[in-house]
Amino acid sequence: MSKSAQQPDIRSNRLDNDEIARNFGELHPPLSRSEALIEADRCYFCYDAPCTTACPTGIDIPGFIQKIRSDNIRGSAHTILRENIMGGMCARVCPTEVLCEEACVRNTHEEKPVEIGLLQRYATDPIFDQETPLFSRAAATGKKVAVVGAGPAGLSCAHRLAMLGHEVVVFNRDDKPGGLNEYGIAAYKTVDDFAQKEVDYILSIGGIELRNGKTLGKDFTVQELRDSYDAVFIGIGLGSTNRIGLDGESLPGVSSAIEYIAEIRQASDLGKLPVGRRVVVIGGGMTAIDIAVQSKRLGAEVVDLVYRRGPEQMGASRYEQDLAKTNGVTIHHWARPVELLGDDHLKTIRFERTALDDSGRLAAQGDRFELTADTVFKAIGQVLDVGLLGNPAGLEFQHDRIVIDAAGRTTLADVWAGGDCVAVGDDLTVTAVQQGKVAAIDIDRRLRGE
Amino acid sequence: MADLRTTFLGIPSPNPFWLASAPPTDKAYNVNRAFEAGWGGAVWKTLGEDPPIVNVSGPRYGAIHSNERRVIGFNNIELITDRPLQTNLDEMRQIKKDWPDRALVASVMLPMNEATWAKYLPMVEDTGIDAFELNFGCPHGMSERGMGAAVGQVPEYIQMAAEWAKKAASVPVIVKLTPNVTSILPPAKAALDGGADAVSLINTINSIMRVDYDSLTMYPTTDGMGTHGGYCGEAVKPIALNMVAEIARTKETRSLPVSGIGGITDWRDAVDFLALGASNVQVCTAAMVYGFKIIDDLVDGLSNFLDDKRLTLDELIGKAVPSVTDWQYLNLNYVEKAVIDQDLCIQCGRCHVVCEDTSHQAITHTVNGERRFEVIDSECVGCNLCVSVCPVEDCISMHRLTEGIDPRTGEPISMEKADWTTHPNNPMRKTK
Repeated sequence: MSKSAQQPDIRSNRLDNDEIARNFGELHPPLSRSEALIEADRCYFCYDAPCTTACPTGIDIPGFIQKIRSDNIRGSAHTILRENIMGGMCARVCPTEVLCEEACVRNTHEEKPVEIGLLQRYATDPIFDQETPLFSRAAATGKKVAVVGAGPAGLSCAHRLAMLGHEVVVFNRDDKPGGLNEYGIAAYKTVDDFAQKEVDYILSIGGIELRNGKTLGKDFTVQELRDSYDAVFIGIGLGSTNRIGLDGESLPGVSSAIEYIAEIRQASDLGKLPVGRRVVVIGGGMTAIDIAVQSKRLGAEVVDLVYRRGPEQMGASRYEQDLAKTNGVTIHHWARPVELLGDDHLKTIRFERTALDDSGRLAAQGDRFELTADTVFKAIGQVLDVGLLGNPAGLEFQHDRIVIDAAGRTTLADVWAGGDCVAVGDDLTVTAVQQGKVAAIDIDRRLRGE
Repeated sequence: MADLRTTFLGIPSPNPFWLASAPPTDKAYNVNRAFEAGWGGAVWKTLGEDPPIVNVSGPRYGAIHSNERRVIGFNNIELITDRPLQTNLDEMRQIKKDWPDRALVASVMLPMNEATWAKYLPMVEDTGIDAFELNFGCPHGMSERGMGAAVGQVPEYIQMAAEWAKKAASVPVIVKLTPNVTSILPPAKAALDGGADAVSLINTINSIMRVDYDSLTMYPTTDGMGTHGGYCGEAVKPIALNMVAEIARTKETRSLPVSGIGGITDWRDAVDFLALGASNVQVCTAAMVYGFKIIDDLVDGLSNFLDDKRLTLDELIGKAVPSVTDWQYLNLNYVEKAVIDQDLCIQCGRCHVVCEDTSHQAITHTVNGERRFEVIDSECVGCNLCVSVCPVEDCISMHRLTEGIDPRTGEPISMEKADWTTHPNNPMRKTK
């Protein structure tokens, strides 16, 4: 074998521009008006609807679908957005197959739920073109709230606080607002700069000052915010990618899935992004699926996704798993990496087979196999860098995430939190939006002395 | 396959499905296509005096749609034929010659003077038609000129014109009735008294379809102005069925053969009309919505149904009439309760919420902390609302109580019939 053949094969322009454009076009095209009307007609308008119960933000789903049926699209959008100001993004990224659509009674009737996600998008897409805003602000309270983080939790909280009459300052670490909506979601799920459009819409209510490029723990501290604001909301998400904890993890070719997903989202020319010929993804969540599918769509020849447990335990829904398979990703279950091999660049990953032992714990089987890779993406979750919070006295954590109660209160009387950085929830956009909203309502109550 | 050959007023046709007098029977081209498709007969689009009327050149039709754009109700402001009489007569003569086995009926609408009837009817009959149908039904346009529904709403006029027609015609005379009346019985009786051989019903119902939500004018309009039209299609069937059944069950009118019209779309609709006393049926809207091909389902659906039920067509006709009565004769001792099949229930909860909000609070939404919809017999009045709204066929059914106590009233169940005429709460009750 010649020396050049042993070089990692990572390069850009594996596919021509047309193919790239096709691959990164919208995964689910929006419904046309007639499609939406027909689909809306399938809703049974259930009592105490199971879909609404299944929605983390509690959207009155039969209510908004009824309004689609009657061509009351503005009313429909209001029904959605009053519970979930990011209803547009959630319509695109929610794993509806395990939330509202899984609960749809049509599943019992005919094994085909109402396409709630697509209907929600149909109802919310037109809001950006409307001149009359759906929401207005209550009389000014004179109170000022600091929101740390401009992701789904922070923006949801900020919007609700602004609606309730408070002044809000949002501190955002990144150059652009949106958090994972902007940086962390597969490109084909949210095209045409939708995340920024949605943020602009949220901010258009007024009363929200956005400060980009302000990092907690570097530019300011929680304590400083507590001193100068009436209340503080923390929605900073999670920071760094979990480590596999193996030698060779620092080899070139070993990358963080989250970081590369952000690069894809921010790229002005996707064709120019370098991608390996052989890509291995380690992990079983949405991020793992997102990076695996996008690698394939950038032109990687072989993409293997390796997860240490079985399909049932994967964080990615069955739908997402199928999406990966239909995109040509090979999913290997019950294996975990034990060695990352290569001299000056990653070349091979050695895995060992796993299984559950008698006590239900994951155990090695001894059996090993190797996969050749130019790139390995770690998608095994993220952690909160607790140090960023400056360790204020009395702030409690559980498994390195912030403890909150049902109203979003932390263990500090004037600090609330929500989103991925808190110890409850499921790391979904929709859950973060709900936690931001719930906290805002509680902050409002507190600030009004109720 | 059951034999669908029908004889109505002595007129044979290969099946009981005629096209009603309307745009589908406007001219030979259409009727040829209909007969090629298999229709049993056609009532030619209504003839009138020359010079022919004119129609608007804007919208003549409007529809009510489901969200899937299925036409549920339909409206028209088209008048009678707008072609010269001789053109129609020539084509009718040719059609009857080409299709001798099909029924061909001439619909006519003439001013209210006997001389006109005496002049035109023989000319029309000379084409070889099998019968006349007197159009006393159209509620729009022609009624402003004292014809159509303007005649059909005055029993004395019906009787008078029927007498003129019978005098001038040697073929049978059918009187087509308008539903835009308080009771269908006086017009039917007048037709009978005037010597009509049969009645056909219903014609269309006065209607305005809707408003245009942009212009806030009625919709559709002709140059910004609109007028009421005649309503038809699936939505009007129950109104038609009631009128047919009224004629069929009333002593003074039940000898009148009835040609049933109103929203017939598939074979089951035809079964409704036939079982409630019609001897054949006429179809228009369904053909205008789907084309003539629907005759396939009408014919073999009815035929298969008769085979399944081991009935002849004649046996079907009027079969359900004895089951129609007045409210006062309904058995007040009969008690039903709804029963929800939990295996079929998809847990939508519609039965609960409609019963809770608008009826008798007789369906649970939670049982032992679980989402579960069960009928509370002590509250259920047996009203059938839950059955009507349940999206799953046969999931909720009504079951009769035949013994014990009705848990709602605390009264013992009696298998003895007792109706309002003898009920103690009825001040006019008859003594037993």
